[in-house]
Amino acid sequence: MPEIRNYTLNFGPQHPAAHGVLRLVLEMDGEVVERADPHIGLLHRGTEKLAESKPYNQTIGYMDRLDYVSTMVNEHGYVLAIEKLLGVEVPERAQYIRVMFDEITRILNHLMWLGAHGLDVGAMSMFLYCFREREDLMDCYEAVSGARLHATYYRPGGVSRDLPDTMPQYEESRWRSKANASKLNEARDGSMLDFLEDFCNRFPALIDEYETLLTDNRIWKQRTVGIGVVTPERALQLGFTGAMLRGSGIEWDLRKKQPYEVYDKVDFDIPVGTNGDCYDRYLVRVEEMRQSNRIVEQCIEWLRVNPGPVLTEDHKVSPPRRADMKGDMEALIHHFKLFTEGFCLPVGEAYAAVEHPKGEFGCYLISDGANKPYRLKVRAPGFAHMAAMDEMARGHMLSDVVAIIGTQDIVFGEVDR
Amino acid sequence: MNQSLQTLLDKLSAKYADNNTISLSVDLVEMHVKPEDLIEVATQLRDDPEFAFVQMSDLCGVDYATFGEAEWSTATTSQASFSRAVDSNSIGRLSFGSGMELPDSSRPRFASVMHLLSLDHNVRLRLVCPAADDEMPVVPSVTNIWACADWYERESFDLFGILYDGHNDLRRILTDYGFVGHPFRKDFPLIGNVEMRFDPVKGRVVYEPVTIEPRVLVPRVIRDDSRYDNGAVPESDNA
Repeated sequence: MPEIRNYTLNFGPQHPAAHGVLRLVLEMDGEVVERADPHIGLLHRGTEKLAESKPYNQTIGYMDRLDYVSTMVNEHGYVLAIEKLLGVEVPERAQYIRVMFDEITRILNHLMWLGAHGLDVGAMSMFLYCFREREDLMDCYEAVSGARLHATYYRPGGVSRDLPDTMPQYEESRWRSKANASKLNEARDGSMLDFLEDFCNRFPALIDEYETLLTDNRIWKQRTVGIGVVTPERALQLGFTGAMLRGSGIEWDLRKKQPYEVYDKVDFDIPVGTNGDCYDRYLVRVEEMRQSNRIVEQCIEWLRVNPGPVLTEDHKVSPPRRADMKGDMEALIHHFKLFTEGFCLPVGEAYAAVEHPKGEFGCYLISDGANKPYRLKVRAPGFAHMAAMDEMARGHMLSDVVAIIGTQDIVFGEVDR
Repeated sequence: MNQSLQTLLDKLSAKYADNNTISLSVDLVEMHVKPEDLIEVATQLRDDPEFAFVQMSDLCGVDYATFGEAEWSTATTSQASFSRAVDSNSIGRLSFGSGMELPDSSRPRFASVMHLLSLDHNVRLRLVCPAADDEMPVVPSVTNIWACADWYERESFDLFGILYDGHNDLRRILTDYGFVGHPFRKDFPLIGNVEMRFDPVKGRVVYEPVTIEPRVLVPRVIRDDSRYDNGAVPESDNA
């Protein structure tokens, strides 16, 4: 009988289930994974090095391109780090807007994850269902910032502008009849908050729809229950954060434990898993969407009755109003200095962490007093999760590797930076 | 939050009385550790229930070579012109093959910075371990204390060339296969050293020296800003 040896399988970097550009070198014994060696860095763009050569405010856009499915939360981590060093006050309305968009982003991210994870494991229709709702939320992104994905909406000291009074409308075209367009526009007659409120009212029923498709689905459970089990102790050792940590039964959420912005004023619960497998992490994330929906509702309620400024009046860091610049010399100088040189941060080091949909997103900012960061380190949650690939996949079948990549919610923009 | 930081500061100062680097940084407690003490201190920080830093959030390398260096002197600018006042000896303006003169500094050039998190006490700690030798920076590996340090140390080695003593798989992680140099060092040009294209004659991808010109539109300036007058004001413009 010939000797059967292990063989090496190259998975990716061009594989739809690799969620981007992951190259996995798998040592296989038959169909069982003996060792997984992820090769990352195929999307490395040197964001941190680029940030060192740009004024602070020009790097906000680069943050969007880290985790490109939850863009606004990335910006949040970055502007928080700047605000810590600068010590600027953020108006309360801006804080509520930030929290609202953080939660919209969380729903966007989890929808993307649920669709892609479902697709990887064989539930094709999940992908279509999830993208239907993503469309509505991305319209909110568009209404507020002009861009559907890379918003660049947050600023040190607030957000770039207030919520709009109108929503973009569908138009009649060769492909869309007038009746169809006006049906789509039904919820878009009012302000963005009206549109969002309508969405929040619909969304819980839609989550029920996803759950009917998956939660008790026999195939879904066969593919996820008992797969990629991580004990709470190992989860901490491996640097897991976010749903990966909570799925293992550790109740840790920065929004509750180290509240930033107005998270201590809104009411929400933290779902926690028990078994630490892919199925528990699925349940945790689905419940997180429901909780995010609750937070968005509370923010809408507050924002409706509390108008006010959304950006700090400290014109060393935020541009003055155009009208002021016409008559006020100082405003003109502020504007000129801000856009030619930027602002200088005091010497110091700050670490700002936010609860990103994927885990803890931290920005470690070192300033030497210049108008550019001396060093910016982005602590991406996916990096630590990806590093645990070997441990999670060992002893599982090849097809489970796909489920594990899915459950880690990997996006290579942030892993490779 | 501030209360717990103060408690941690007091506890650390009591435990490591001979370490005079424990201080309250902007938002968390910072502590410097010599490389030879790192393993012992890190183990204590993790296992001592008073600290219980069971999780390492982040580890990264830092290159302090040009800390506090501006690349634009205001006085010259007003006499000459913008472009003449810009210092060509700076990171963004380096081009292929041109070396950079690093300023003399008594401060160790490289440091490995860890951010630790204690779930029990809900507090963070920044642990800084400066490497003794600038030419060959070596820092002990903490992979046996926090498993997630594995990839973070590989990243730090890849980008800064900091060597982690005791790491059993110190390969490059983010840069290309066969990459030369450590790109996040301050003397590594922003535009890189090589560019890559497909050569139709050879039928394969070839690497060539970069042809683009280094350019920085906004110079790096350090302003003496009176709003932050609390003793920690940076050196003013070298004009």
